[in-house]
Amino acid sequence: MGEQQRGAGSAGSFEQVVLPHLDAAYNLARWLVRNPHDAEDIVQEAYLRAFKFFGSYQGGDARAWVLKIVRNTCYSFFEKNRPAELAEEFDEKIHTADTENADAEAALLKSADSRMLGEALDKLPVNFREVIVLRELEGMSYKEIAEVTGVPMGTVMSGLARARAQLRERLLLARAKEEQRGLRK
Amino acid sequence: MACENNQLLLEGYFDGELDLVRSVEFEEHLKTCPDCAGELRGKNALRDSLRAANLYERAPESLRSRIRAALPAEARPQPIPMPRRPVLEWLAVAAAILIAVFLGARVLPNIGGQTENLVAEEIVASHIRSLQPGHLYDVESTDRHTVKPWFDGKLDFAPPVVDLKDQGFPLVGGRLDYVDHRNVAALVYQRQKHFINVFVWPQDPKTSMRPGVQSIQGYNLVSWSHDGMDFCAASDLNVAELRQFSQMLQQ
Repeated sequence: MGEQQRGAGSAGSFEQVVLPHLDAAYNLARWLVRNPHDAEDIVQEAYLRAFKFFGSYQGGDARAWVLKIVRNTCYSFFEKNRPAELAEEFDEKIHTADTENADAEAALLKSADSRMLGEALDKLPVNFREVIVLRELEGMSYKEIAEVTGVPMGTVMSGLARARAQLRERLLLARAKEEQRGLRK
Repeated sequence: MACENNQLLLEGYFDGELDLVRSVEFEEHLKTCPDCAGELRGKNALRDSLRAANLYERAPESLRSRIRAALPAEARPQPIPMPRRPVLEWLAVAAAILIAVFLGARVLPNIGGQTENLVAEEIVASHIRSLQPGHLYDVESTDRHTVKPWFDGKLDFAPPVVDLKDQGFPLVGGRLDYVDHRNVAALVYQRQKHFINVFVWPQDPKTSMRPGVQSIQGYNLVSWSHDGMDFCAASDLNVAELRQFSQMLQQ
């Protein structure tokens, strides 16, 4: 323990370095496990782990360091409690809009509200969900995302491309369904 | 859908992750490729709605206290006092700083002129300072007819002030700032949650920043000259959008 405290001292205290990223930690956990209760438990566990490993933290991007631990904790949670989540295979029909449709589509996407976006994001497979959350909500660079997820930057980029395509697809689908429902009324 | 060869480039461009050369090349491509341009609009629309939707989930206060309470019980022993060597440690820090300064002085000129880089660093520092609470503007207004006259008598030049609200970059205010030993105008624009500081001063061949893009401490800078003035836009906004913004200002 003494050693760990030492490591902590050289880069600032745990309190200074890790606690400020609690919102980021919760946001990621909340979107990965999709319910507040599990998210809180996971963040607490991740923070205890972070405390334990703080001795090995060498300085650098603290947020990425914390989020990496949160992510790993989430994945352990999935393995234990929801193995299906990690095994899910998703058909990937990448949407092919022609150019005339592009603007109509953009208008539809712009009109999507918060609830629709949340639901569409919830339905993405976990590996897509995490890149969207890290890039669009957390505002991380490819490099930071690569650090959190432990994949090369090129993979982050292609993952984002596929994740966005799928998110878009789901949103457009949700919009179409809503319109149908509206017509039926 | 983006044309086949460029899907990933488009992604990187959209995220501001391409290097300058590839970013410029891709902009050229965009001019002639309606598919990629349409796809880019779609991506922007998706990002805009994601931002507007406020999906960020903040940690509840109860979790914060729960974690604070759990830490000492489970994992936080009293720090064990380590033998300290304050003098040696400080010497090490001093040596590190000296080495850093020395290396910095040797490496920086390769990137650009040394003064130019100092100016760039000053601008980044100024940008960061302006984001601290209460430092962003001296005059808060979205009206350029309020912002521009405000500079009268405070500067020995009249900075051009335009509003780009309709283009998604509203003007939010102006500020007097000090860069490279002179008073400069700082115009503040906003792009969603990102602030952009545009520093303006009369062209000066001695310190002129080379037109172009650079990145310092994660902030992007775009500099250009126009109508006898030097401009430098600083922001954490991605390069692609910042360049777009600077081009609109030049029109």
